Amino acid sequence: MSTHTSSRRTRTAGPSGWMAAPALLFFLVFAIIPLGGVVVLSFSNWNGLGAITWAGLSSWTEVLTSSVTINALVVTAKVIIYSFVVQTPISLLLGVFIAGNQKYRALLAVLYFVPLLLSSAAVAIAYKALLDPNFGLAAGLNIPALAQNWLGNPELALFVVIFVIAWQFVPFHTLIYQGGVRQIPASLYEAAEIDGAGRIKQFFHITVPQLKYTIITSSTLMVVGSLAYFDLVFVLTGGGPGYSTRILPLHMYLTGFQANDMGAAAALGVILVVIGLGLALTLQRLGGKDRSASQLEGL
Amino acid sequence: MPTPKPARTIGGRRLPNLPGSLGAWLWLAVIILPIYYVIITSFKPRAGFFRTNPLWVPDPTLENYALVLQNDFLRYFANSLIVTVGSVLPALLVSFMATYAIVRGKTKFLGMANRLFLLGLAIPLHATIIPIYYMVGKMHLYDTLLALILPSIAFAIPISVLILSSSMRNVPNELFESMRLDGCSDWTMMWRLALPMTRPAVVTVGIYNALQVWNGFLFPLVLTQSPELRVLPLSLWAYQGQFGSNIPAVLAAVVLATLPLVVLYVVARRQLVGGLAAGFSK
Repeated sequence: MSTHTSSRRTRTAGPSGWMAAPALLFFLVFAIIPLGGVVVLSFSNWNGLGAITWAGLSSWTEVLTSSVTINALVVTAKVIIYSFVVQTPISLLLGVFIAGNQKYRALLAVLYFVPLLLSSAAVAIAYKALLDPNFGLAAGLNIPALAQNWLGNPELALFVVIFVIAWQFVPFHTLIYQGGVRQIPASLYEAAEIDGAGRIKQFFHITVPQLKYTIITSSTLMVVGSLAYFDLVFVLTGGGPGYSTRILPLHMYLTGFQANDMGAAAALGVILVVIGLGLALTLQRLGGKDRSASQLEGL
Repeated sequence: MPTPKPARTIGGRRLPNLPGSLGAWLWLAVIILPIYYVIITSFKPRAGFFRTNPLWVPDPTLENYALVLQNDFLRYFANSLIVTVGSVLPALLVSFMATYAIVRGKTKFLGMANRLFLLGLAIPLHATIIPIYYMVGKMHLYDTLLALILPSIAFAIPISVLILSSSMRNVPNELFESMRLDGCSDWTMMWRLALPMTRPAVVTVGIYNALQVWNGFLFPLVLTQSPELRVLPLSLWAYQGQFGSNIPAVLAAVVLATLPLVVLYVVARRQLVGGLAAGFSK
């Protein structure tokens, strides 16, 4: 923040806008134009190969009245909510813990990062092997109670998906919180200690309020990210059993590239964009109006 | 730089945070167990691997790794390398230039560009996969590695600009002013001053994007179809179908595909962990 005001003092000419042009060009062609394209295609009929014909609202009526779409929305909402409820407290607590000075905590931070190195496909394949009721870990250890048909049971599969997502992404959010905690002025804790506030009191009265904006950044990335867990679920369950883990992005992919109904898939893409944008803006708004602007500017 | 967190002391005595450390070690176990299982299993002979102790391998074998290597692994590895390097370097270059202009410039145009990039953080960009598939077809790029590279560059820009700008704003304005008085152009200042001063953030962004592209699955799945053009994540999926019940071989492929990133992480972990934590928590 402070450097921002000082840069305003410069009165000499700034850099040319052309320096931003290459990035802008890439972003326009491969992100902004497709963003418009997904809206346009949602009013069309296209099987992915042949000619595109206009279809008016037919894709939209098809998508919005389909029970599979409604189901996908419900499953997606569950994944977002459960992921948030599971990941935020774990990441926050771990982040606060590994922000401490002790050497072994730095080592923990290094090891926590490892799941982020694996591709979602690798994670999904690893968990499929590990959770297999006949050949997996539980069968090998001879613990029948754990040798459930984890991915074949519609009741369990969604929770497995949520667990695996948490396994893969808690490290990332832990890291964000660790960075946030390290920016809290030490004087706040010193003052609290003089007042005799204990660890728990300090956590709720200093750490959490001071991390407000970190919480919002992490939550935004988490929630918008929830709309992109396509690859993990695709490889882990394929959306099944039945439709029990068919989240919206996966539903979009399967509608477009397996059922060859690109119009309906584009409509689902529009829904994804609207939900993502809506959730992100709501979260930024929660962070307070003044700060939300600068938060978005990444200050 | 970050203020170290104060030691939790009461009356000068440090109290151990028992529940905290218990939870932290427990989470470590949750993280390590599946990874350990994957590595151990990948060294087991195919026949009856599941009848032996899942947490130990009495007589390790390299047959699974040999099988993976015989099945075009190196080709997929090369494809991944081409796509990753081909995306990350241009993405870094254009993002760095854009960040310099956005942070140092004040025109309306640059403000708009900045907001546009930030919009990319709030939108699940993969929702645009169908128009991208259409455009790639129209550009006659379908089933080429370039089809993976171009959108990967675009998708890397928002997060790169975000992290780079939070670092570039910390470069003292006085340094730029004194260089300007010496008659330096913005182009010179960008390379001679901004780049060295933001080098840690540039490395962070480079590694982070490399992770994303190396592990990307949707673009290869949708935009290529030839087996010769498979990148590693897609090849894992294909191996799974090809090797069927030969789970040790599938897991050996998982280990091999992750190994390059582990090496990168060991070399550059300080930069990555510190840089990401700082970049997102400003």
